[in-house]
Formats: sequence, C-alpha cells, structure tokens
Amino acid sequence: MSTLELLGKDPGWLTAVKGLLVFVICVLATLISIVMERKIVSWMQMRIGPNRTGPFGSIQSLADGVKLALKEDIIPTAADRIVFVIAPVISVTACFMSFAVIPMTGVVNLFGHKTLLQLTDLPVGVLYILAVASFGVYGIVLAGWSSGSTYPLLGGLRSSAQVISYEVAMGLSLVAVFIYSGSMSTNAIIAAQHNWWFGVTLFPSFVIYAISMVGETNRAPFDLAEAEGELVGGFHTEYSSLKFALFFLAEYVNIIGVSALATTLFLGGYHALPGLGFTENWLGGWFTLIWFFAKVSLFFYIFVWLRGTLPRMRYDQFMKFGWKVLIPVSLIWIMIVSTLRLMSQNGASRIVVGSFGVGVVLVILTAMQFMESAKKKRIVEDSLGEVATPSFPVPELPTKRAEQLNG
Amino acid sequence: MLNLALQMGATKTPEAVLFWIMAPVAVIAALGMLFAKKAVHSALLLAWVMITLAFFYIAEGALFLGIVQVVVYTGAVMMLFLFILMLVGVDSSDSLVETIKGQRATAIVAAIGLGGLLLSLVGRATVGAQAIGVETANVKGNVQGLAEELFTKYVWAFEVVSALLITAALGAMVLAHSQNTKSRTAQRDQSIARFRKSSLAEAAGLPAPGVFARHNAVDVPALLPDGSAAAASISGTLKSRGDMLESAIFELEVKEVEED
Repeated sequence: MSTLELLGKDPGWLTAVKGLLVFVICVLATLISIVMERKIVSWMQMRIGPNRTGPFGSIQSLADGVKLALKEDIIPTAADRIVFVIAPVISVTACFMSFAVIPMTGVVNLFGHKTLLQLTDLPVGVLYILAVASFGVYGIVLAGWSSGSTYPLLGGLRSSAQVISYEVAMGLSLVAVFIYSGSMSTNAIIAAQHNWWFGVTLFPSFVIYAISMVGETNRAPFDLAEAEGELVGGFHTEYSSLKFALFFLAEYVNIIGVSALATTLFLGGYHALPGLGFTENWLGGWFTLIWFFAKVSLFFYIFVWLRGTLPRMRYDQFMKFGWKVLIPVSLIWIMIVSTLRLMSQNGASRIVVGSFGVGVVLVILTAMQFMESAKKKRIVEDSLGEVATPSFPVPELPTKRAEQLNG
Repeated sequence: MLNLALQMGATKTPEAVLFWIMAPVAVIAALGMLFAKKAVHSALLLAWVMITLAFFYIAEGALFLGIVQVVVYTGAVMMLFLFILMLVGVDSSDSLVETIKGQRATAIVAAIGLGGLLLSLVGRATVGAQAIGVETANVKGNVQGLAEELFTKYVWAFEVVSALLITAALGAMVLAHSQNTKSRTAQRDQSIARFRKSSLAEAAGLPAPGVFARHNAVDVPALLPDGSAAAASISGTLKSRGDMLESAIFELEVKEVEED
C-alpha cells in the first residue's frame, strides 16, 4: 500500500493529533537546539556556555522564552501597526507549515492506527515546501518595512534579494533529485534512495542545496539581513517581547525544517544507515524517528559549526557567489544529470556513459584552467595604475614583483 | 447564470464551505487592493488574492498549478514591493491629483479594452468547449499530464513566451546597465592608495568622531594629541549640512587633574 493511501485512511482526530505532535516537536526541538547551539559554540570557543538554569544549563532557553514573553511589547510610533503585528506571525506560520509534508518515521502504530508520523503527503510535496518558504520571506521583508526605521528596512531589503537569489539555486539543486526519483513527493523520493542516497549519487546537488539552505535561513556566514555589526539587529531591530520571540522561534524552526528537507532529499530520510537496516523494526518502527533526528542533528551541528567558524560575507561577494557561481554550476550539473538519465533510460552501454563522463570532466578541467589563467592576468593588469613615488621608503608591492617575473 | 448557481450548489460540501469562506475574502482583498491608500498595502493584498486563488486551484484538484501559483506570485509581488520602495518611496501614499493631462480618460479606455480582450479570449476557450474533467486529465498524474501538454501540444507557445520573457529581462538589464569609464576602486586599490600618499597620517584609517571621556556623538570632532579638533573625524554628510558641534566645550577640565 502506498503511503499516500495509508495517510488517506487516517481518521480526522488522528490528523489533528499529528498536527499537534508536529507543532510540539518543532517547539521542543527549538528549545533544545538553542541550548545545544550555545553549548557547541562555547565548546568551540573554549568557554563554558550556559550553566546556571537547570542541570548543565539545559533549560536556559525555556527561561529565556518566559523572560521574553514577560517583557514590554513596544510598537514604534512610526511603524505601520497592522503589518508590524502580522509580520512575525507570517514568519512563524510559514516555517511550521513546511513541516507538514516531512515524513519523520516509517510505518508505525499511533493510537491503534497504522500510519506514518507525517501530516500529509502531496504529490508535489517538495514544491509545496518551496512555496511556503517563499511565503515566509514576507515575514522578514514586511517586518523590515513596517518598522518605519532605516536599519530594519535595509535588513529587510537585503533579505528579500538574498532569499530570491538563493531560492533559484535551491530550486535548481532539487531538479536533479526530481529527475532521478521521478517524483516530487517526499515519500517517493525516500523510497527512490533505497540503494544509494542521493547525497552520494547526486553529490553536486547536495553541496549546492547545503550552501543555499544556509543562505535561505539567513544564518552565518550569510546572515546579512540581521548583520549586527552593520545594521544593529537588521529586520528585527524594533521588535521586542513576544513578537521578537516569534522571529527567534521562526529562525530555529526554519533551520530544523531545511535540515529535515535535506535529510529527506539527500540522506535517505528516516531510514537507517546502510547495513543497519534491522534497527528500523525496533520499538515497533518508532526507532526510525531516532534515525531521522540523528541526521537532522548532523545538519544542525554543521549550521552551528559554520556560525562558529566563518566570518560574515560582504554583501556584494555574497550576491556574486549566488548568481555567478551557484546558479551556473547547478544549470550545467542539471544538463549533465539529464543527459545521463536519458542515456540509462535508453539502455546506452557502459562504454558510452563512461566516455561521456570522462568527456565532461575533461571539458570542465580545461574551462577551469582557462578561467584561472585569465584571472591571474587580470590581477596583474588591474594593479598597473598610475602610482606616485612617495617621499619615504616603502616596500615593493607584491604585484609589481609578479609583473617583473612574468616578463 | 442560474444554471451556474445550480452547478455550484451541487459541489461537494467541503469544497462549498471552502468556497463560501474564501471567495468573500478574495473579493474583499481585491477591492482593498484597489482602494488602499498606501501602495505597499495594495501589493500585500494582491499577494493575498493570489494565495486565495491558489487555494481554489488546489481545491479543484489542480495541485501543481496551485503550488506554482504561490511560488511564482509571491516572488512577483515581492518584486512589485521592491519597485514601490524604489519608485514611490518608503511610505508615501497615492496622490489622487492628475499630473498628466487626459491620463484618467486614457486609462479608462485602456482598461475597458484590456477587459474586453481578456473576456473574449477566456470566453472563446471556455464557452462551448467540452470539458473532459479533472479526473480524466489527471490519469497519468497531475504534473505528468501538464508536462505532456506543455511540451508536446503547446511547446511552440511555451518557447515563444519564454523567449519574450528573456528578451524583456535582457532589455531591462541593458537599459539599467551603465558602463563605467574607469574601473571602480575596490577595497584593495584604496588600501594601496592610502600608502602611496605623501603623508602616512591617514594610512590606518580616519579618526573616529567624539572626544574621549566627555562626549562621543557622531557630530563632535575628535581631539588630536595637541588638543585641536580633527575635522577628518566627521562624516562628509554632516559637514556639508553644517551639523558639526564645537568639541572644545566637551574637553576634560584640567583643574580636576591638577587636584589629584
């Protein structure tokens, strides 16, 4: 029986319970992940991190949440009141909605019904997530605009440009997955990975998705929308109390959401690691939930690792990287993937497929060689501007020496 | 008309409930879009109308179309939003004064013409045409069915439209692009230039505004070691506006130091 039929047989109350479960899981995961992030970052920076509230500081984020909720709620006089209130709600709603199509377990027994821990399965599930994500950006942009202040506006505008350009790269990285799985439903994509994870067979797509998901969630090193060194707090500068807490919640649910999507699309979803398939039947199938969250935590750890390691990118470098590197690379990769797919569907021999692969690699290497030499030439040419000789001794500039060596 | 109403009454209950809740919302949002004073509010209501339309598509069984509607139109309205910010300004409202002579009359004529054109086209496609029903259309799957139509029967129209869109995008880029006669100085060039001046005073960057210990506002010049004000520490904008304060009044009083 297909998972779609299985989910279709859920009674109404079970769907409601599952909806509640998804909400509770997201909120709990947020509370845990905030503490974990602070602990991991402090470990990386050789500090202790939160250690006062609860054992090992484990309920610090709960205490912070209560504190945030009890703070004074300020709406600036220059703000557009309605939009100002709606913006955080949009942000939060959108990121919770994207969780509806993520399958978190295999077939399990939930209150006497055979079902999956997944709210619903759509034939276009992954596209649905993209749609909801693009709706969620409105939260940030509107928050920036409605605050009636300069820094939030700049943050909101940055965010809109950022998410639009990285969403293109993200959508393109998903195309290869759609081509190979022949479906856009999350469950069918997981089923298509039973031999090899797409993270291995479609490695370039995986890398592009992983980069663009960091850009999409406004996290370091791509957190230009709230760059605290330049824009105070970015789009949420004017927010306080519960409304600010909602943005906070949205950010973390969003991170968990994109990590869950990455798990589903590239790491085999709730399935066990290769060779450990027998564990999937433990606890009546509920053990798959542990596998799912183990993989999601891996992505979350990488998010924290990036934040602890990399400085924030400059805005123009960031846009250049998105448009001039990620998008062209994904387009070329899609062409290669679809050619390979067509070859294997038409039963081309291994020699043909292999020689195509070798040809592609050769072409790419040659192109890279040309680009590299063109770049070197440009650097030398650029630095040959008019330079007045100063009256005091200065060391020779490095490019001058390179020029002499060249010729 | 009566026939249409009867047909509507015959739809399944959940769909009818959805329709009678969402349709008024969509109509109210559309009217709000026309009558909202702020252009940004209009853009937001437009986004809402598009999302309610997506709900209807999904309820009618066109899942893919509904989702794509959200993906495409949220991006499109976002662009509209940015254009409003760039062209109209952050919070200026619509002015109802006619600035171009005869604009209102021309606009009305053009609107009627466009409406007539749309009506005739949509009418030609729907009136008298035999609908095969969504079940038949979705036999091979909604996405697959749509893809087959798009890439076989309508491939020419599809390609023409995409060529048109690409031309428009390229045209906009060409019109908006300006070529610099000199290459812009990058961070690296500026850094080199700082060390190639006759004085190294500014090599480490300009002094920050404010006087140490008594005042650190952006409009108060910093003091140099000899006690004179450093004009270079104030931003050029403030200087040209004349918004510069005298820093001498914020200096530490020497008397207190002597008492110690």
